[in-house]
Amino acid sequence: MSVEFSFLLVQALSGLASASSLFIIASGLTLVFGVTRIVNFAHGSFYMLGAYVAVTIVPWLLQIERSPTLFFAGVLISACVVGVLGVLMEILLLRRIYKVPELFQLLATFGVVLMVQDAVLKIWGPLDIPGPRAPGLRHGVMILDQRFPAYELFLIAAGPVVLGLLWLLMHKTRFGILLRAATRDRDMVGALGVNQALLFTGTLFLGAFLAGLGGALQIPRVSASAQMDLSIITEAFVVTVIGGMGSIGGAFLAALLIGQLQAFGVLIFPKITLVLVFLLMALVLVVKPWGLLGRPESAAGHTALPEGIMQPRGFAVAEKLLLLLAVLAAASVPIFGDTYTIKVATEVLIFALAAFSLNFLVGNGGIVSFGHAAYFGLGAYASGLLVTKLGMPMEPALIAAPLAGGFFAALFGFFIVRLQGIYLAMLTLAFAQIAYAVCFQWVEVTGGDNGIVGVWPSAWAASRSAYHYIVLVAAMAGILALRHVIYAPFGASLRAARDSAQRAEAIGIDVRTHRWLGFTIAGAAAGLAGGLYAFSKGSIDPTLLGIPLSVDFLAMILLGGMQTVMGPVLGAAAFHSIKDVFMPLTDHWRFLLGASIIALVLIFPRGLGGAYAALRARFSGGAP
Amino acid sequence: MTLLVVENLNKNFGGVVAARNVSFSLAAGEILAMIGPNGAGKSTSFNMVGGQLRPDSGRVLLAGQDITGLPPRAVCRLGVGRSFQVAQTFLSMSVQENLQMALIAHAGRTRDMLARSSALYRDEALALLDQVGMAKVADRPMGALAYGDVKRVELAIALSGAPRLLLMDEPTAGMAPAERAALMRLVAGIARRSAIGVLFTEHDMDAVFAHADRILVLVRGEIIAAGTPEDVRANPEVQRVYLGTSGLRAALRARAAAHG
Amino acid sequence: MAETMLEVEGLRAGYGPAEILFGVSLRLARGEVAALMGRNGAGKSTTLKAMMGLVPPRAGRVRFAGRDITGLAAFRIARLGLGYVPEDRRIFTDLTVVENLEVGRRPAEGRDLWTPERLFEVFPNLASMRHRRAAAMSGGEQQMLAIARTLMGNPEAVLLDEPSEGLAPVILELMADAVLRMKREGIAVLLSEQNFDFAAAVADRAYVIERGEIRYDGSMAALDADPALRAQHLSL
Repeated sequence: MSVEFSFLLVQALSGLASASSLFIIASGLTLVFGVTRIVNFAHGSFYMLGAYVAVTIVPWLLQIERSPTLFFAGVLISACVVGVLGVLMEILLLRRIYKVPELFQLLATFGVVLMVQDAVLKIWGPLDIPGPRAPGLRHGVMILDQRFPAYELFLIAAGPVVLGLLWLLMHKTRFGILLRAATRDRDMVGALGVNQALLFTGTLFLGAFLAGLGGALQIPRVSASAQMDLSIITEAFVVTVIGGMGSIGGAFLAALLIGQLQAFGVLIFPKITLVLVFLLMALVLVVKPWGLLGRPESAAGHTALPEGIMQPRGFAVAEKLLLLLAVLAAASVPIFGDTYTIKVATEVLIFALAAFSLNFLVGNGGIVSFGHAAYFGLGAYASGLLVTKLGMPMEPALIAAPLAGGFFAALFGFFIVRLQGIYLAMLTLAFAQIAYAVCFQWVEVTGGDNGIVGVWPSAWAASRSAYHYIVLVAAMAGILALRHVIYAPFGASLRAARDSAQRAEAIGIDVRTHRWLGFTIAGAAAGLAGGLYAFSKGSIDPTLLGIPLSVDFLAMILLGGMQTVMGPVLGAAAFHSIKDVFMPLTDHWRFLLGASIIALVLIFPRGLGGAYAALRARFSGGAP
Repeated sequence: MTLLVVENLNKNFGGVVAARNVSFSLAAGEILAMIGPNGAGKSTSFNMVGGQLRPDSGRVLLAGQDITGLPPRAVCRLGVGRSFQVAQTFLSMSVQENLQMALIAHAGRTRDMLARSSALYRDEALALLDQVGMAKVADRPMGALAYGDVKRVELAIALSGAPRLLLMDEPTAGMAPAERAALMRLVAGIARRSAIGVLFTEHDMDAVFAHADRILVLVRGEIIAAGTPEDVRANPEVQRVYLGTSGLRAALRARAAAHG
Repeated sequence: MAETMLEVEGLRAGYGPAEILFGVSLRLARGEVAALMGRNGAGKSTTLKAMMGLVPPRAGRVRFAGRDITGLAAFRIARLGLGYVPEDRRIFTDLTVVENLEVGRRPAEGRDLWTPERLFEVFPNLASMRHRRAAAMSGGEQQMLAIARTLMGNPEAVLLDEPSEGLAPVILELMADAVLRMKREGIAVLLSEQNFDFAAAVADRAYVIERGEIRYDGSMAALDADPALRAQHLSL
C-alpha cells in the first residue's frame, strides 16, 4: 500500500509541477487578453523564444561560474528579452489591429507564429537544443520511497511565487491597478487621463515576459525545439478558457485542474490524456459559458455592418464566361499538364471545396471556426480507414467521408453553437484538437503520427487524370450545392441570424438550431474534401486535422475575400498555387506566408474577391 | 376578448427589483404607452411580454393563451411583432430582402435549401414597404438608409407577420425631430385600421400624449399611475416624478443657502 | 461675463446610424455650475460624451480653456483638465476605494491638489471603507466614489452625468454639497440632470435639451421662479 501511496504522491507532485509551468505561461496570455481583448496566438512563440534564448544565454553565463544565481539570472534575462519582443509586436502590429474583427486579429497573430518559426530555424537550426541543468537543483529528493527531481520541486514553488508576485504587482503598483481597471473598463480608464497605448505596451511586455519565463524555466526539462510553440499555445488556450479569459486566478485554478488531470489521466487512460483535457474544457464551457471565473463579454457593435457575405448576387454574363473558362481550364489540365501540374490542380479543387465550406460558416453564418480542418481530416480518416482497414472500395469510402465530417460537425457543433465570439472560436479549436489528439494517439487504428499509407482509388480511377476528373465533378458539385444553399432561404436565414440574432428570433427563426444545421452542412462538405484529398495523396496523417491546415483554410477565405460568395475558390487557388510554387524555392516559406497573412490583414482586409467587387462597383457605378 | 393581459409580473436582478406586480391589459386596436424615468423597469416589463426575459412570477396572456416564458420566436409565431430601441434589421440585405426574409420566416420556410430566397414573396414585401412609405427604396442596401427610414423598415418587418400585437421599444429614439411625429402617425393609423394592439415605451412625450389611448407610468418597477392622457397629466404623483421631489426641494434650498 | 471655460458650438453626434444630437451649443464660465436638463433620450449623456471624446463628434466644435479639443482622444482631454463622471458611474468594481482613486490620480501644476484624505473630508462615507471592494458599495457610495475618482485628476471643469439618478434623498443632499464644494474650489461643473430640484439647488445656469437641441438657455433662478416656463420645458 505504501508503495502505491508514494507513487500517487509523486504523480500528484509532477502534476503540480506541470501545473506551475502551465500557469506561468497562461497567466501572460490571459493578462494580455483581459486588457487588449486580443487572443494572442504568438504567445506560444514567446514561450519558444524564451526557451531558445535561455539555451543560448544560460550556458554562456554558466561558463563564467556554475552557480544557481547565474542560472536564474540567465532565465530572467531571457524572459526580459522576450518581453521586449512583445513590446515590438505591440507597437508594430497589435496597435494597428485593436479595432478589426477578432478573426483577423487571430490570423494576424498566427502570422507572427509562422514568422517566428522560420526565424527560429534560421537562427538556431533545425536540431533540438538541450539546455543545461540548474546548478544546485540537479539532484533527486527522496519522497517516501520515490526519487523526485529537485528541479520539479522548485517548479512547484515557482507557480505560486509567480502568482504571488503578480498579485503584488496587480495590487500594490500603480501599473497593476491600472491594468486591473483596464480589464474591467478600458474606455473609462482613458476618460480618467490614462494613455491606453502605453498601458497596452506595458501589458504586452508583461505577457511576453511571462511566456518567456515559462519557456526559459523549461530548459532543464525539455530541449528547445521548433515545435514547442503550437503544442503549448493550445494548452495555454485551454487553461485561459477554462479559467475564464482575463482572470489570473481562474488561470491558476484551471492549471491546477489540468496538471492533475494529466498526471492521473496518464494512469487511467494513457492513450487519451490530451482528449481528457479538451473534454474538460468542453464540459466547463457548457456549464459555464465564460469559464470558471470569467465574466460575460459585453455585446459589442450590433449596429455595425457584419464582416462577411453581403447581398449575394448572381453571376454577370462576363462572370459566367469566366467561370466556364475556369472549369474548362480545370478540365483540360490532364490533357496539357504534366503529372505534377495535375496533382496541384486536383489539390486546388479540393481546397477550394474546403475553403468554400469554411466561408459558408464564417462569411455567411458569422460562425468563426478555428478548427475547420478537423472535419476535413475526419473525412479523410473515414475514407482512409475504410479502405485500408476494412478493405472497402473507393466509392463507398468516398461517400462515408461527408457523412463522417457531418456527423462530427453535428456532435461538436451541438456545443459550439451555444457559445459566442471568442469562446466559440476557442471551442472549435478545442474540438479540433480533440480530434487531432485521437488520431495522433490511437496508434493501433490510426497509425499515430505516421498515419496510414495505401489509400488508393479504385482501379478505374487510379490514374492521376481519371482521379482529377472525379475531384473536378465532386468538388464542383459540392461548391455549387453549397452556393445554392447560400442563395436559398436557409442561407439567408444564417445571414439574418449573423446580422441580428435578436431580430431573427423576433421574426420566428430558431437561431441556434439553424446555426447547428449550418455547422453540420459545412462539416459534411469539408469531410467530402478530406475524403477526396486522402485518395489524391494516397495516405492520411494527423496534420490533416491540425491547426496549421485550419489556418490555411482561413487564409484562403481571407485572401479570396470572405464577404464574397466565390472568393474562397479564388483564394484557395491563389493560396495553394503560391504555396506550391514558393515552398520548394525557399527555405523560408513560413516566414513569407506569415508576413503575407499580416500584410493581408493590415493592407488588404477584403481579399482578392473584395478588390474585384470594388473594381466592379467602380466601373458599373453602383453601390459596392 | 382582451388582447393582452399581464398579471402580477415580478422580476428581480440580483436583489434589485426591476418589476413588481406589474399588471395591465390591452384591447385590440388600442394604443398603450409605458413611460417612466430611466431604470424604472419599462424595458424589463416590455421584454417579459416579448419573451426576451422570463418573469420570476406572474403571467402573460395573449388572446387568452398563456405565453409566459415562451422564447421570442414562439411569441412571434403567436402574432406578436416587435421593434427594438436600437433598430434591429439585417444590415447585409437590401430593404426588400429584409421583408422577404421576415415573410420567409413567417411562412416557416427558413430551412428551405432549394428555393432562391430573392425570388420569394417579392410582391408581398413591396406591399408591406408601401404601407410604411418605403417602397421607393426597396432595392437599396439596408446599411445605406437614414436612421428614420431604418425605423420605418423595422416597423414593416414587425408588421410582416400580420401581428395582433405590436411591441415597440422607444420607436422614435435616435430619429430626427421631424421624422418622429410622422412615424407615430403612421403607427397609429395602421393600428387603428388593422385593429392591432400597440404597446410602446417612449421618452418623447409628444408622441405619447398625441397617440396613446392610455398611459402607464412606471417608477422603480411599479405602476404608479394608469389612465387616459388627461388623467395621467393631472396626476400629482406623476408630476412629482417628472419634476422632482417637492419635499426634498426645501432641504436642498436650505443647504444651498447655507453654502451661500 | 466671466472667463469662458467650456464652449460647445453646433455639436452633432450619434451612434451608428442613429442620430442623437442635432447641433447643441452651450457655454460654461470658470467656476460656474450649469445644469443640462431634459428627459431620457433627449441627448444629455451624448452631449457630455461627445464633449469628452467618448463619442466622436460628427460636426461642431468643443473648446476647453481656450483650446479646441474637438475629436481629441478622451485621455488627452482628461489630461488637459476636463473631468468626466459617467452616468452609470463605471466604478472599477474589482478595485477597492483607494485603488479606484489611484486610477484617477493625475498631478496638475499650480493647483491645490486633491488627495484621498481631502476627498474623504468631502465624502465622509468613503473614509470608513477605503479598502472595501467597490462592488460591495451602495449606489450612492459608488456615485460619490465616481466623483472623488474624477477629482483625483485635479480637473478645472467636470462633466457630471446624472449625479442624482437612483439616489436616496439623504444621499442627494450630500451630493448637492459635493457639487457646491467643487464650485467653491473654483471648478466649473456641467451636470446633466432630470431632477429639477437637485439642479435648481446647485446650478447657476440652466439648459434644457429636447430631441438633441437646446430649447432653453438662461439663468436657473429665472426658470425656478417661473412655473409656466418650467412647465413648458420640463413637464409632461
